[in-house]
Amino acid sequence: MADGTNTTPMNRFDLTSRLIGKLKQEEAVIGGIGNSNFDLWSTGQRPQNFYMLGSMGLAAPIAFGVALAQPGRRVFALEGDGSLLMQLGCLSTIAAQAPKNLTVIVWDNGVYQITGSQPTPAAHAGADIVGIARASGLKQSEWASDEAEFEQLVDRSLTEDGPWLIGVRIEDVPAVSQTERDPVQIRRRFMEGMGSR
Amino acid sequence: MTDETAADSAAWHTIVTEKLKQHDVRLVTYVPDNVLRPLIDTVHADNYFRVFATAREEEAAGIICGAYMAGMRGLMLMQTSGFATLPNVIASLACAAQIPLVMMVSERGTLGEFNLGQAMVARTMRPLLDSLGVEHHTISRLDETDFIVERAIGQAFATQAPVCLILSPLLTGGKVLKGKSNG
Repeated sequence: MADGTNTTPMNRFDLTSRLIGKLKQEEAVIGGIGNSNFDLWSTGQRPQNFYMLGSMGLAAPIAFGVALAQPGRRVFALEGDGSLLMQLGCLSTIAAQAPKNLTVIVWDNGVYQITGSQPTPAAHAGADIVGIARASGLKQSEWASDEAEFEQLVDRSLTEDGPWLIGVRIEDVPAVSQTERDPVQIRRRFMEGMGSR
Repeated sequence: MTDETAADSAAWHTIVTEKLKQHDVRLVTYVPDNVLRPLIDTVHADNYFRVFATAREEEAAGIICGAYMAGMRGLMLMQTSGFATLPNVIASLACAAQIPLVMMVSERGTLGEFNLGQAMVARTMRPLLDSLGVEHHTISRLDETDFIVERAIGQAFATQAPVCLILSPLLTGGKVLKGKSNG
């Protein structure tokens, strides 16, 4: 089993594209602030995607809220390691409520890439994001050691009960393109995608 | 009806619970607070609501905003010091995306506060709400509770705007230091 140290750094846009390619049931995807949502945007603008332009650290809580409102729909959060580090308490909140339809994917490059790739405190300390998630109560937390294992874990999260957390070591490469910064339009399109307006 | 039942039916937390149902607000999150306890206990005991505690107020705001966008209305409960952790989320998520984040704050820091830290942080609350242009109302009288809660929540959802309802110690009794003079 991968422990996060023996993984090959992968590419966020490539993996985001692989994830989106597997979504056939109008699954919701919440892209965290910065490159996480930029690369989600770069894969094409599904109405079931929500792009966070602020509120750093809240991709998982927003996705959890969507999952609560629509238990029949699978929901993914795409979050950076630095973002998640701001809001580790949410892992226990999610574990306590155990939403079956929620998967949190953590892109771990160990740096605050968008501000100049300064290392995160967790990277300095050698902290293990998946280990933190497991210890927070999210028992189904796994590192993906390569692209094939990432796809296998996504497949499991689409068919088996969650909550899931998938950790992925990624390389320090910026997003392919940037999200159009119109939060009201993003929210309205997403609500149409959710059938809630 | 016994006196106790009559008193309970007129309690602020009973009125709030009725108004939440009237507006189809089914999700309630809270960071625990002693003054809010009667409301937390009431909604916990009622299967109409999905109720749970969060580790921090910011994540609650994310959860409530996410649920709203997917068709479920929610309310977040907190005390004054917890509200002070929220400005980035209110501004960059609820205000920027026009999401009716409904907040209810148990007011500390005034009318008998014994903790200087609470008194100081309380001074940031209304200026912050005003500077963001977020509608807020302080509920200090039982006979106004129904009207304010009903109208404020209704307006939030009708106008896709966040709102903050502040529960004054005049309404709830607040929290006072027991067994000592505050001298």
